[in-house]
Amino acid sequence: MILRYLLSGPGRGDYLLPILLLGGTAIIAVLSLLPESSGLHVSGYVVSLLGKYLCYALLALSVDLVWGYAGILSLGHGAFFALGGYAMGMYLMRQIGTRGVYGNPVLPDFMVFLNWQELPWYWYGFDHFAFALLMVMVVPGLLAFVFGYLAFRSRVSGVYLSIITQALTYALLLAFFRNDMGFGGNNGLTDFKDILGASLQSDRTHAVLMLASAGLLSLFYLLCRLLIRSRFGKVLVAVRDAESRTRFLGYRVERYKLAVFVFSAVMAGFAGALYVPQVGIINPGEFAPANSIEAVIWVAVGGRGSLVGPIIGAVLVNFAKTVFTGAFPELWLFALGALFILVTLFLPRGLVGFWAQLRTRLRRQRTTRVDVALLAADRKPRQNISSGQLEAGE
Amino acid sequence: MTDISGAPAADASPPGRPPVDPLLYLDGVSVSFDGFKALNALSLLIEPGEMRAVIGPNGAGKTTMMDVITGKTRPQSGKVLFRGGIDLTRHDEADIAGLGIGRKFQKPTVFEMHSVHDNLLLALKGDRRPSRVLLKRNSTDEADRIAEILDIVKLAPLRRSRAGDLSHGQKQWLEIGILLAQEPELLLVDEPVAGMTDAETEETAALLRRINATRSVIVVEHDMTFVRALDVKVTVLHEGSVLAEGSLDHVSADPRVIDTYLGR
Repeated sequence: MILRYLLSGPGRGDYLLPILLLGGTAIIAVLSLLPESSGLHVSGYVVSLLGKYLCYALLALSVDLVWGYAGILSLGHGAFFALGGYAMGMYLMRQIGTRGVYGNPVLPDFMVFLNWQELPWYWYGFDHFAFALLMVMVVPGLLAFVFGYLAFRSRVSGVYLSIITQALTYALLLAFFRNDMGFGGNNGLTDFKDILGASLQSDRTHAVLMLASAGLLSLFYLLCRLLIRSRFGKVLVAVRDAESRTRFLGYRVERYKLAVFVFSAVMAGFAGALYVPQVGIINPGEFAPANSIEAVIWVAVGGRGSLVGPIIGAVLVNFAKTVFTGAFPELWLFALGALFILVTLFLPRGLVGFWAQLRTRLRRQRTTRVDVALLAADRKPRQNISSGQLEAGE
Repeated sequence: MTDISGAPAADASPPGRPPVDPLLYLDGVSVSFDGFKALNALSLLIEPGEMRAVIGPNGAGKTTMMDVITGKTRPQSGKVLFRGGIDLTRHDEADIAGLGIGRKFQKPTVFEMHSVHDNLLLALKGDRRPSRVLLKRNSTDEADRIAEILDIVKLAPLRRSRAGDLSHGQKQWLEIGILLAQEPELLLVDEPVAGMTDAETEETAALLRRINATRSVIVVEHDMTFVRALDVKVTVLHEGSVLAEGSLDHVSADPRVIDTYLGR
């Protein structure tokens, strides 16, 4: 059904971004497989960096869906991203098998180190990829459901909601730091060997993972487009702009918020799941409140309330981060802060909003110029006639 | 500031259940916020098909009364019965909207980013569950209904405009259109002519009378010319209860009403 929707639902213009994404990444993937001696070779580092940006873009898209369209400013989406990442990390840990330092076929290294005798129950099933994939959706989705149910039912909104989402991700940060939680504590999960039998050290796997990230981003982009264009999407915007009006029209606002919040959390979970194999580690640092805030900045820079904006914002800001942290590592946070202030002050609708504004201004200039030309053309024949009449009169 | 002048008027409301089920029946409704009595044993009865104007000085409890009827505020005591048997104090805003009570806010509240057309589309009576709304396609039935409402509120030429770009008066009318799209039995209209020109005020009175042909209406308003133009039974609220009730001429001759309006 979703496939039918995808084929019939979106407008033709909606496919532009997915085509660019998939085409661009496909070219880079091919170039990365060329021999290193070739002048066109793209290094594996660049490929996994791009893949990472695409995962961030998916996270930004999920933040934008709830913030830009439903008016829920979540400052805790990093938690859903990290949970998706941990679910994938657990699968990758189980794939290591006897290749770990201690060579234990069942227990990951950190459990052997902690003298654990058997696998905790919540690690069961993670040796199967399909189960891990299911958990990538279920765990963030369930947390978002419980959290959202309680928050939206009690009509917590605005700043208060933002603050408790920060508390949520911070609480998870502290919990995952504990060794006895069974998720590797401080160090997290790392030293992954392979995914679905493909080595994580090979360039080809990295290329495939990058393509998968582009594919998933494209898929969710189209799904979001459909959602926003549907009447459900219109209700979301109505909730954002006039919540009580919507309620007095008979809509159960809390259910709409809950539905979009859960969907967004699942999206963030997928982003985290694809992120982990490409960077090779997941640790509690991903739950840091600052990470969630950074995601909000990407959305603000790109332009919230447009689906292309957050993708552009995430890629640009992270590219700047890569360059900046290489050149002046200690200045990055200042630059990020300054960027946020500048965007809020001068580009309230982000880069996409700025672009739209620029375009209408250009168009208006062009039409006035055309108007002037038309007026001039209008005047000419009249002058001819009058001069003709004059001639006739003479 | 205990006031005894409200008490006799409360007695004036009909005792017990009248023979025909009233559309809306408020019986001894009290609401207090931190000790301030916004509504004080308010009793009010609206017949099916009736239009009622509610007037009163600031703080008389007019908006609180609307909040109670639409489920935004729960009264500490008293009954609010709709269509004879439905106790509105047990329902929330969305339920009450579904039961057939529409509300226009004091400040015109429309969906600014949506077009005039989409504002009405979202308001049309129908299933409000997210899963149903997600898969709903626009139908010709709905298009006809929207066209009809656009004609009534005279916004047909502006159907594609963003609601945020409308003038103040046009927004007021759009919100009335939103109410009509809900097909409610009872409309609560809070200060519909605030900030309108004289011509617009007159047209709005005509519009409400037209709506009243098929639906019951409660109008809260300060503008006396407007209330006179409506030409309906008037209820005067004061300090949370009914001070006087009757025709506009009758209530404006009441010495207690003159007292509260002119001050003591």
